[in-house]
Amino acid sequence: MSDMMVVAASRALTDGLVCFVGIGLPSTACNLARLTHAPNLVLVYESGCIGAKPTRLPLSIGDGELASTADTVVSVPEIFNYWLQAGRIDVGFLGAAQIDRHANLNSTVIGDYAHPTVRLPGAGGAPEIASAAREVYVMIRHSRRSFVERLDFRTSVGFGDGPSDRERLGLRGGGPRKVITDLGILEPDPATAELVLTRVHPGVDVDTVRDATGWELRVSPHLGVTDPPTAEELDALRRLEKASP
Amino acid sequence: MAQIMDLSDGIAAVVHDGDVVAMEGFTHLIPHAAAHELIRQRRRDLTLVRLTPDVLADQLIGMGVVRKLVFGWGGNPGVGSLHRFRDAYHNGWPVPLELEEHSHAGLVNRYVAGASGLPFAVLRGYRGTGLEGRVPTVRPVTCPFTGEELAAVAAINPDATVVHAQRADREGNVQLWGIVGVQKEAVLAASRSLVTVEEVVDRLERVPGDVILPTWSLTAVAVAPGGAHPSYTAGYSERDNDFYVAWDAVSRDRDAFQAWIERNVLA
Repeated sequence: MSDMMVVAASRALTDGLVCFVGIGLPSTACNLARLTHAPNLVLVYESGCIGAKPTRLPLSIGDGELASTADTVVSVPEIFNYWLQAGRIDVGFLGAAQIDRHANLNSTVIGDYAHPTVRLPGAGGAPEIASAAREVYVMIRHSRRSFVERLDFRTSVGFGDGPSDRERLGLRGGGPRKVITDLGILEPDPATAELVLTRVHPGVDVDTVRDATGWELRVSPHLGVTDPPTAEELDALRRLEKASP
Repeated sequence: MAQIMDLSDGIAAVVHDGDVVAMEGFTHLIPHAAAHELIRQRRRDLTLVRLTPDVLADQLIGMGVVRKLVFGWGGNPGVGSLHRFRDAYHNGWPVPLELEEHSHAGLVNRYVAGASGLPFAVLRGYRGTGLEGRVPTVRPVTCPFTGEELAAVAAINPDATVVHAQRADREGNVQLWGIVGVQKEAVLAASRSLVTVEEVVDRLERVPGDVILPTWSLTAVAVAPGGAHPSYTAGYSERDNDFYVAWDAVSRDRDAFQAWIERNVLA
């Protein structure tokens, strides 16, 4: 199902957007978009590589090919201050260990902060991507462990506790627009800022998604079904993966 | 003026027990050879400052060199968790590890303030997150012009900063290029600095986008060819992705880890 996740994320990107890309599925999705319908997508990696055009999928955000194919390489203070914070990024991609109904994200700890059961990598670039990008796409696998009623820690703000929280906190980006999972796609209801299931992937029924969600999931009355990956998309994806470490 | 010296003399001169030590390199130019020298010289009680503690930090933590870690994101990029880091944090093995965590943007701006001779830097950050109010080096500040509430982060001025670069000339002027990370800010924020380089040359040929650290802004330069491995040095080596993948199994087990260090660092 990660093929479907990557393809769905890739399709959401219109050509010419400036994307702040993390490693893993987001990087795969952006590069797939670049190789298929969005050749002018601008990929920005937090290592300072702006306009990177890798031919294979990088293992780290600082692989040599990202720098050697970039339009420019800037310092890390510059990437965060001038490019991200100042509002020059259209789409920021994030993953997380946990997400709640308002699309807030946890990538810090499972359990209590002072005495966690699992210490996760931490914030990295995520909080400022979440606050400053014009739109945020979240890619996360759907399960009761990840879709939780209450986050163990709020690393990155989605919509806080409700629709007016981003404005109150002075967060200038638009917040999460799509949450793309292996089961479907969720989008925030503009009135309540709560995630609503708007699409399921082929062969997935709504009850499966409900069962994998740790809160009472709202389902759009206009629920759609994602088109399955096309041969062209799968072919481009296989080529990217084949050339990778 | 920077003195060009052996790596062991450079570490002895620049990094002392108990120091706050920044070791930077954002996936590229990570100063692994210098970290191995810290292990060989059995440094203790360091506060390690690093945006992205990865295999370098895992090795130092696993050998009991680090008492406190100030960081933004700790993991093995593209692979998974740092097992020595987790063992130290959860089980105090081999010594307890204290954490101070930031976002990348927050920690980066602490270096910028330190390099600028300012007491703090300002950014849009931390608001509404779990780190707000929890990290003593982050406080709210009101803009005197607009009244907007922003985050202030305290300057960080390490006792020592250690980085790796492509090359130096015989006077000790250092040149680096490619992904230059936060190395310049980390060096300029520190009281003392050591730069390991791939080679010393007669004349630095300029490269597009390069950063020059003048000799008079540095303490010591040491030659360490391949000194970034398994990270890489643009123009000299490629990132050893297989090493990062293989590190997962090595670092999961205390004995396997110690045997690896014994064989590859101490022998």
